[in-house]
Amino acid sequence: MNILAGLIKQDSGSILYRGQSMLHDGDSFYTPRIGYMLQHDHLFEWRTILKNVLLGLEIRKELTKENIEYVEELLHKYGLYEFRHKKPSQLSGGMKQRAALIRTLALNPEILLLDEPFSALDYQTRLSVSGDIGSIIRENKKTAVLVTHNLSEAISLADKILVLSKRPATIKKQVKIALTITDHSPLGYRSAKEFNGYFNEIWEDLCDEKNI
Amino acid sequence: MKKIFNQRNRKNNNAAADFTLAAAGISSAQTAYLKSLRRYKMSVYIFRFLILFGFLLLWEIASFTGLVDSFFFSSPSRVVTLFIDMSRDFEIWQHIRITLAETLLSFLIITVISTVSAILLISLPKTAEVLEPILVVLNALPKSALAPLIIVWLGTGMNTIIIAGISVALFGSVINMYTGFQQVEKEKIKLIRTLGGTKRDALRLVMLPASVPILISNMKVNIGLALVGVIIGEFLAAKQGLGYLIIYGSQVFQLDLLIMSILILCIIALVLYQSLQLIENRINGKSSRGKSSRS
Repeated sequence: MNILAGLIKQDSGSILYRGQSMLHDGDSFYTPRIGYMLQHDHLFEWRTILKNVLLGLEIRKELTKENIEYVEELLHKYGLYEFRHKKPSQLSGGMKQRAALIRTLALNPEILLLDEPFSALDYQTRLSVSGDIGSIIRENKKTAVLVTHNLSEAISLADKILVLSKRPATIKKQVKIALTITDHSPLGYRSAKEFNGYFNEIWEDLCDEKNI
Repeated sequence: MKKIFNQRNRKNNNAAADFTLAAAGISSAQTAYLKSLRRYKMSVYIFRFLILFGFLLLWEIASFTGLVDSFFFSSPSRVVTLFIDMSRDFEIWQHIRITLAETLLSFLIITVISTVSAILLISLPKTAEVLEPILVVLNALPKSALAPLIIVWLGTGMNTIIIAGISVALFGSVINMYTGFQQVEKEKIKLIRTLGGTKRDALRLVMLPASVPILISNMKVNIGLALVGVIIGEFLAAKQGLGYLIIYGSQVFQLDLLIMSILILCIIALVLYQSLQLIENRINGKSSRGKSSRS
């Protein structure tokens, strides 16, 4: 994940994006834009929510009128606009995570990397936030790579699951997910009739791994 | 002493939180609770005052009745008389002014130098690692041992005393600030990098703002230490100031003067510490007030 985000240089091999090798300029990649969402929201307590979500634009010196309007639109859409002048500690865990996602989306990334973004949340919040964030990503038509240890989360959110082996991690299996559902909610996904089949399939792969 | 202040502070904060709840319209049980809280706080103040007053009264009576020798132990009335005497020609105020100026100047220099050095150390990790043992030794060294050396080098006078004041707190302050910067969560710095920021962005946007509370608590320690250093300096190398008065008082056996100077020092220490406390409260209050007023 760190290599994909351009934080660490790869030891060997190359990273291809749409057939083109991504060049590492020493500090980070320039193109394509990659948004990286960490495990914790890491919103800064000394900034308001609005200032927090504008952080990336501020760093890249892209605080243009259109960009700020885009961010405000995102805040509107995801129910945080009234809270834009609040401090992070005044928001619930789910709201904070949504704010963190908006902070990532503000840079208009082509790919989103999500590193167990829900692991810091309790189960209830986790369900609803993962639903929210899944639909936000779908709505904005972004490609997302999500790392998770939660099988049902993976199945309910993903189009394709890559099962990784133990260290050194290699791709062990690819599973394409196609659920027949009408209800696009976290529970809706989980009650799809294919859900259990996928769950067992992936679970067995992971169990094999442990027995080696 | 510090602990007491902190505790009181915490109580104040709790009370403030409760008041905002009350403003939101809360039951009578809540108001009763608030009342009892206020009564509790009042009683703490009353006891504090009683202890101070009782001590002064006891002291006065003991020396008046000859229970203690007022030549050695002085008495509140003798101290006050002396203070009024010395205020008449502003002599005492001159001494207070000198000590205060020296303390504040050392304090300011300590704060600036230690913050700048800590920033340099955190940006140059290798230098920091090389210099660490030197800093630790300098910090552990009893700084009063340096004072005679400073006098030989710089002679007597205000410069020497200010340097003495700085030397007491500087190294500890650098170490504290540096550790404070180090304790900033690594993940927060990673976040800045994921957003395309450089090391300088991380320093500006994360480390400095995150370290403001440490900076202030560090300042609270430094102001006390600067006063210690200044008094040590004045013991050895001054013709003015409260430290000089203390030494002078002990040499000519004028213990009224000595005890008065100590009492004035107590008040100065209290005032300096409390002003920083006030600044701290204002900074904290500002952010919380900012929350409510803009929402």
